[in-house]
Parts: sequence; C-alpha cells; structure tokens
Amino acid sequence: MAAMTYREALNLALREEMRRDPRVFVIGEEVGLYEGAYKVTQGLLKEFGGQRVVDTPIAESGFTGVGIGAAMVGLRPVIEMMTFNFALLALDQIVNSAAKMYYMSGGQFNVPIVIRGPGGPAAQLAAQHSQSMETYFYHVPGLKVVRPTTPMDAKGLLKSAIRDDNPVIFIEAETLYSVKGEVPDDPEFLIPLGKALVRREGTDVTVIAYMGMMYRAMEAAEELEKEGISVELVDPRTLRPMDTETIIGSVRKTHRAVVVEAGAGFAGMGSEIVAFVTEQAFDDLDAPVERVTGANAPMPYARNLEKLKTPSKDKILAAVRRVCNANGS
Amino acid sequence: MPRITLEPRFQVEYLSILDSDGNLDTALEPKLAGEDLRALYRAMVLGRRLDERMVRLQRQGRIGTFAPTKGQEASQMGSAFTLRRIDWMVPSFRETAAMIWRGWPIEKLLLFFAGHLEGGQPALDQHDLPITIPVATQLPHAVGLAYAAQYRGDDVVVMAYFGDGATSEGDFHEALNFAGVWHVPVVFVCQNNQWAISVPLKKQTHSRTIAQKALAYGLPGIQVDGNDVLAVYAAAREAVDRARAGDGPTLIECVTYRLGVHTTADDPTKYRTDEEVAMWEQKDPLTRFRAYLEKRNLLEANVEQRIDEEIAEAVRRFESAPPADPLTMFDHVYAELPADLKAQREAMAAREPAAPARTGEMPPPSPTPMRGQRLTRR
Ligand SMILES: Cc1ncc(C[n+]2csc(CCOP(=O)(O)OP(=O)(O)O)c2C)c(N)n1
Ligand SMILES: [Mg+2]
Repeated sequence: MAAMTYREALNLALREEMRRDPRVFVIGEEVGLYEGAYKVTQGLLKEFGGQRVVDTPIAESGFTGVGIGAAMVGLRPVIEMMTFNFALLALDQIVNSAAKMYYMSGGQFNVPIVIRGPGGPAAQLAAQHSQSMETYFYHVPGLKVVRPTTPMDAKGLLKSAIRDDNPVIFIEAETLYSVKGEVPDDPEFLIPLGKALVRREGTDVTVIAYMGMMYRAMEAAEELEKEGISVELVDPRTLRPMDTETIIGSVRKTHRAVVVEAGAGFAGMGSEIVAFVTEQAFDDLDAPVERVTGANAPMPYARNLEKLKTPSKDKILAAVRRVCNANGS
Repeated sequence: MPRITLEPRFQVEYLSILDSDGNLDTALEPKLAGEDLRALYRAMVLGRRLDERMVRLQRQGRIGTFAPTKGQEASQMGSAFTLRRIDWMVPSFRETAAMIWRGWPIEKLLLFFAGHLEGGQPALDQHDLPITIPVATQLPHAVGLAYAAQYRGDDVVVMAYFGDGATSEGDFHEALNFAGVWHVPVVFVCQNNQWAISVPLKKQTHSRTIAQKALAYGLPGIQVDGNDVLAVYAAAREAVDRARAGDGPTLIECVTYRLGVHTTADDPTKYRTDEEVAMWEQKDPLTRFRAYLEKRNLLEANVEQRIDEEIAEAVRRFESAPPADPLTMFDHVYAELPADLKAQREAMAAREPAAPARTGEMPPPSPTPMRGQRLTRR
C-alpha cells in the first residue's frame, strides 16, 4: 500500500498497463508534451514515446473513430477526453460504432477501448463544462460505464477497463484528482467491473452514491450515527453493468434507501436504481425510496448558485431522516 | 507589412483513359494482363447482375432496404482491384460489387440484407470492415486501421469508400486531417455519383472538385472519370503504391453516376430528369469496358450467362436459410453475457420456440474468436 492521489493512481494504472501490454496506447488532446489537461498522463511521453502517447488535433469524433479503428485490429487505445462534456462531439462514434461494431459484425470485431476523462460538477466551470455525463452512455447496450470514487478504485478499475474486451466509458472527476488514499502497489491489483462495494456497514438505511456524492454521504453518515441512525453506504462503482445484487441485498437488510446523484434528477441514475429496487424488493421496503439529485437546470457559473444546484450534505441528511421516520418499523 | 501572394503549388489532376466513345489513350493505358482485365470485367458484370437481382428480391419482400450499385461498378472495381488480400477495405453502404470481389459470398451479403447477423460477419482471414450506415463515420476507422499498421510496422494499405454527400460531414474532414498529419497509408475513394439522395452536388459543396479538398489537408487529390475502369485503376494503383511505400494518403474522386434509386425506399423521378439519367446511361462503365475487351479479343463467351447461374445458385442457398434465431439478439452485445442480458435471454428462450437447426452451409453464428485478438502482421 502507498498513499497517493487519485491522479497518481490513474497515472500508475496507465503506466503499469502500458508496461505490461505493448498494444496499449494513449491518445487525445494535450496528453503528450503537456501531460494532460489534468496531468493524468504525467511522464508517459517520456517513458513510452510519441507513438504510444499521441497528441491529436482537436477533433473528438476523429480521434475516437481512429481509436475504434485501431481497437478493431487488436490495439488497446485509451482515449482521453479533456473533459467528458466534449465527448458529445464523439457521441456518434461511441454509440453507433464502438458500442455496435461487435454486434453488427456478428462477433468479428470487438472494440476494446477505454474512453476516460473528468466529468460532473467541478469548481465554477459552468454549464457546458460541469455535466454529469454518465447518463448519456449507460443507456447504450454494448457500453460499460465506470465511475471510480477513490484512488484505489481509480487504479483497480482503470486497469480492469484497459484489459476489458468491450468499450468502457470511464468518467473521473476534476474535484477528486487531488484526493489522497491508500493504493495497492501490486501491478496485478484489479477491481472487477460490475461489482459494487459496501463502503460503510449500517442497519437502518442504505444510501447509494458515487464520486463526490459518496464523500458527502460519508460525512452525512457520521453525523447521523450520532443521532442513532445507522447508515449503510453502497457505491455501485460500475454503472453498467450495474451490480443490482449488492444494492438489493443491502436494501433487504435495511429496508430503506436513498439514492444520491450529482446530475439533474430527471431520468438519471437514481431513477434507474429506484426502479429496480421497487421491482425487486418492494415487499422489503418500509418507506418509499428517496432521490437526492441536482436541480433540473444547467450548472450555473455563479459560485453560490453552483452550490445550490448540487446536492448538499444537508439535503442528504434531510432525506435520510425522512425515510427513517416513515411508517413501517 | 506586405500583402503578398503566397505561391503554394496546388494542383488537381483529372484522369481519363478510355472515354465513352471508345477513344483510348494508349500512353496512359495501364499494363494489365489479359486475365486481370477479364477478372475485372467479370466482377463488374457480377456487380450489375446481382444488383438487378437484389432489387427484384427486395420488391418481392425477400430482402430489406438496400443501396444499389448500378452505374458505379468501375469506380468500385477499378479501385478495389488494386488491393491485396491483407490490405483493408472499409466500405460505406453501396459497395456490393467491391465487397463480393473482396470475398463476401453472395449468399452471405443477401443474408445481411435479410437481417441475419452472420451476414455481416466477415471471414476470419478477410480484411474487410462491415457495412456502416452513419455517413462518413467509417473514415476515422480507416485511419485507425492505418495507424495500427504503422504502429506495428505492417505494410498494409487501407482503402475507404464514401460518397459525395459524405464530404460535408465532419468525420470526412477529421479523417483527412488525421491521415495528413500522421502520414498513414490510407486511400480515400470518393464515389461522386452526383447525388446525396435528392441533394445534387452543387448544393453539397461550392468547391469546383471534391479532389481539391485533399489539398487543404496536405495530401494529393486526383479526380478521375469514375466510369472509366482503366482510369480508376491507374489512379488507385498509384495511390496504393505510394501509401505502401510510406508516402502517405491520397484522395481519389471518382466522377460517376448512380443510375438507379438511392435505396429501394427512394423514387428518384421526384428530383431528377429522365434526360439526365439517359445522358449518363450513354457513359455506362460496362458498355465502354466491354467494347475495349472486344477490341482486344479478351471477351469470354457466355460470361453473363455463367454469372447469372452463379447468382441463381447463391439465391437458392440464401433462400434455404432458416429464419434468424431469436436468441441471437443477445449474442455479441458484450464480449461476455452480463446478468441483465442473461435474464432477458432466458425469458425469451422460455417464450420463443426453439430455433430450427441450421444447414451445414452457413457459418455458425457463434462462438467466433474475437478479431481484435489477432495481429494483422503477415
Ligand atoms: C450521419 C448520417 N446522416 C444522414 C444519413 C441519411 N443518409 C443516408 S445515405 C445519405 C446520402 C449520402 O450521400 P452520399 O454520401 O453522396 O452517398 P450515396 O448515397 O450517393 O452513395 C443520407 C443523407 C445517414 N445515413 N447518416
Ligand atoms: Mg452521392
């Protein structure tokens, strides 16, 4: 174990996988000489050279398409989106090509790419730069979608994503790059995709959250502990395929659930989680499942409005108290 | 500060070798063996006859909507003919003649157009991408294949097809730009058939040629008479050789014409005149090439008849294929079957009758090794 930042953990994952497999290469805007807009590719150009750390023209659809082509003949590109907001320019390549090629070629061409970069609310980056982009991708059969909350997850999940034979959307967060945590040194340390994690055990209510919202939920849980409410925290880690089993198992134990997500709530991740919890564990519930989500508005630029748009610890506290005070137990 | 004229040496050539009146420029005539010329002609006739047959099959409801090739056989075959088997062909959706030449069995393409997944499955040793529908999106893939070749030191060349309308898409420009910057071995073949559904070329671009768009990206562009198979071949030969020698990409604009419908769901009488079509029928690539072969005493007897028989056989094999197995819906969505798909697959298996056994003729739908795990190196 070593203590390192989320950024360093991602960098280590890239470095280890590039050392391990000569087919892995990194491609995107500013990934080489500049070492990434958020410095995730620090030192890679120096170690691996310009053919494996490729600075591209500013053309998201173009370099995503190039990556798909290279992946179809057996390379394993890791494509960096400067931020995921700009992946919208590559949406056709991701949805119509990356996600469909294996299917439409009758299993002849798989597309083992990872598309990674930050997404979600940041610090005053405004409407076009702060969106929770996972919603655009997890709807699509053929894609896997990962949101790693901690440095350990960042390393273990990115390594698994690179080794995965499917296209993987891997969305990090600007606000987490400097978060520190313990990360295993073992170059074979992997976290399987599609496995949720119970980050905190509890008995009264299950709170499902990921990324920055998990840290906020963690603080809320500590505070609720003092009030005598025992919160179980579940982090899905992979949004597609979703580990419904772990979430349902936790709800069956606690009989109450709150989903927290940073993005706009309408047709968001919370909607899906509430739907399958209701379908599969209705009889176990003692209260309606609550969602704590971002407002259904674009992210404001103003600092005070930005704060109001995103779910706060107070909103999480209020939601948990509401479900715990509901009738049934 | 001066205001001066820069003198970039830009030029766009136009190439024609055999015109519709049978005039031949012997100085430019490519040195092709008689056997090659015959093979080219056979492939073009096969393209035409199959196309006509497929339109009938579609009208009878035996295959789905597709985009006919008629009129573009020289553009497709003149270019595809220059590829080796290990080179890559990246089609759009109208390259039936070239796809058959590259090794797709006729019945497999028919299966594709009838909606069977195995129809879209190239053989393992076939270096062809499947048909793609979103216009121009295959062009960055072609650059990716070429980047992979460069990455590994393979000497494969990639040839990518698209239409005149596709040159307005961002992916066209991004692909040419990447290819230029990276100097990768791609040949971009634009089949300028004058129409993008109902939109004529002059509404698509204000450029005098499509070929000149290459110049902005620092690559050579050439315009050829796309109904002259010798000219297309000559231009493609040059471009492929240049790419293989490490001298970078080329854009070839084949000036041709779609004699038939855009797709079988289209009625072109709504947007173009009979006179225009008749004018282009005079320039039919097959008539011209046939006369050339006749003059050189290279025409085979009964070639049309033998091709029709080959097509009839393939149609018979196609017709004997059982309907698609419902459970194949869940094949190849992911490299493995995730729990939610597994549950849906099981539910469907319980609802739907078992699929009929397949005849030995069709390739099994699964499992096939994943292509991506093979290297293209020779
Ligand atoms: C991205 C995208 N936009 C629109 C379409 C609908 N569409 C299919 S073919 C076509 C015209 C294409 O024209 P061109 O590139 O000249 O090729 P052609 O059909 O003439 O061979 C259009 C607009 C599509 N398939 N993909
Ligand atoms: Mg056209």
